[in-house]
Amino acid sequence: MTKSLNFRAALLSLALLIAGLGIWEASTPVIKAASEMTEYEKLMGGADQEARVPPPSAIITKAYKELSDPFYDKGPNDKGIGIQIAYSLFRVLSGYTLAALIAIPIGFLIGMSPLAYKALDPFIQILKPISPLAWMPLALFIIKDSQASAIFVIFICSIWPMLINTAFGVAGVRKDWVNVAKTHELGVFRTAFTVILPAAAPTILTGMRISISIAWLVIVAAEMLVGGTGIGYYVWNEWNNLDLTSVIFSILIIGVVGMLLDTIFAQIQRFVQYQE
Amino acid sequence: MEKPFLEIDGLSKVYPSPEGGDPLVVFENVNFDINKGEFVCIIGHSGCGKSTIMNVLAGLDTATHGAVTMDNTEVAGPSLDRGVVFQNYSLLPWLSALKNVTFGVAARYPDWSRKQVLDHSYKYLEMVGLSGGAEHRKPSQLSGGMRQRVSIARAFAIQPKLLLLDEPFGALDALTRGTIQDELIRIWSGSDQTVFMITHDVDEAILLADRILLMTNGPYARVAESVVIDIPRPRERATIIHNDGYYKIRNHLVDFLARRSKDMAGKEDIVPGQRIEPLEVNPAKDGGVISEETPKKTPQLVPVAS
Ligand SMILES: Nc1ncnc2c1ncn2[C@@H]1O[C@H](COP(=O)(O)OP(=O)(O)OP(=O)(O)O)[C@@H](O)[C@H]1O
Ligand SMILES: [Mg+2]
Repeated sequence: MTKSLNFRAALLSLALLIAGLGIWEASTPVIKAASEMTEYEKLMGGADQEARVPPPSAIITKAYKELSDPFYDKGPNDKGIGIQIAYSLFRVLSGYTLAALIAIPIGFLIGMSPLAYKALDPFIQILKPISPLAWMPLALFIIKDSQASAIFVIFICSIWPMLINTAFGVAGVRKDWVNVAKTHELGVFRTAFTVILPAAAPTILTGMRISISIAWLVIVAAEMLVGGTGIGYYVWNEWNNLDLTSVIFSILIIGVVGMLLDTIFAQIQRFVQYQE
Repeated sequence: MEKPFLEIDGLSKVYPSPEGGDPLVVFENVNFDINKGEFVCIIGHSGCGKSTIMNVLAGLDTATHGAVTMDNTEVAGPSLDRGVVFQNYSLLPWLSALKNVTFGVAARYPDWSRKQVLDHSYKYLEMVGLSGGAEHRKPSQLSGGMRQRVSIARAFAIQPKLLLLDEPFGALDALTRGTIQDELIRIWSGSDQTVFMITHDVDEAILLADRILLMTNGPYARVAESVVIDIPRPRERATIIHNDGYYKIRNHLVDFLARRSKDMAGKEDIVPGQRIEPLEVNPAKDGGVISEETPKKTPQLVPVAS
């Protein structure tokens, strides 16, 4: 029954995709070959054609071309999509890892100690709602390096969900389980690692999953600002080149990579999930 | 005179008043002793403070007044010498049944090799009838009775001097309950362990216990009586009811729960320096106390042993 449901859902998805692409393709005027252009059109360089949203067929052709050689490097303004994605992923993962290394231990502390919770809460409440991009000028001024500033912005945006979820998960560990640790005379660290961490892991992972999604959202904007490399810069650069085919292609790639990141974390989450 | 294994002395628990009102005195001046190797059950109405007493004995909670002494040492915190089977099993849900037991064993015997820990854990899981694949399942994949048995195996496997069982069979059907009761008695009689068990089931208490402590209703609850069960062991569920004393004991207990626990409830005048021992009764011999005859039995006053 479920199998047939999945199958029917897949069929429906495919149908929707084909219909969507079909309507899109049909509603885009065919770009005339140069020989068919009037003198006037030739004079304008086909600009009014270029400015139109390209049809899916053009994007598929573009995707095929880009993905068959994703890692070419022809200077600062012409790198393969794979290289750009790699730059972005590197920034996201560095900033994210740094954030996790700080957020999870501090979240643990806050979750275990009502004093630490009360003392740190005002800071968290004020810092949390700040748009990560608002930090950018300050980061650029202090760090003076655009690469490091982008990493910092990722760091600052991924820290809050992880911090808050860790604190929440740790504080919510059932008292019964802590009592089990106590009656077995476990020390603070044994308790933290063998009881509290596994008990809070699903909540912590939820925070990590939210963080990675936000980090991937923010990196595009951050790279548009700092420029140089990365998928965000690539989108902006292609827009400046008025190459809308590349813009749409990279938007799709951003979506796919984001989905993959989320899938990885969903898998880890499933691994630490337990049934009460 | 040799001191008893476990001494509970002048124990009381007071919760501060919510706002303005009087503080809640759950129980007051609770005194009783337990000897080594004894199986003691405690019975009382819901809310009288049985779980609180057990948590104090376990070292998980602190009493407002009074002290608990085990083996001449005051109980100041949880210890592996006191194994607890919690009312709600308290298994770690992310670990398999086996891992839940090895968790305890590894904590108890940190010097043991992996194999020793595993062998020991299997021994106790087999004792409670959990083997042949079920031990690899997570608690959520086990039935209530199986979870209960894992919890008992975990507590017994650390071989504590004192076992604290909080309504361990509360949620089980009669058949499973009977099987686990038998297992419990078998394990206990093969060791020199002492058991303190909370139950609501009068028949269960008579079947298992050497002595049954009776608590009056709260607030200001007390341990009013200590009922001796001298029905010879081994006791069989089917034949114990034919024992001469059985119904005398049972009537005594039921009468306490139905009437005297209420009649005797309320604040007591405490004479400083006096230890009010629970009244010791042996209904099988002397017929017990029935409330029509003696509506309110004055507790015995015993000077504090020095
Ligand atoms: N944190 C608390 N604050 C105030 N009162 C409390 C608190 N914890 C427990 N109590 C009170 O202490 C009393 C004893 O509770 P306890 O759990 O020991 O009862 P019990 O005898 O085990 O009952 P049951 O048979 O239902 O398990 C109850 O009346 C309860 O209302
Ligand atoms: Mg209770």
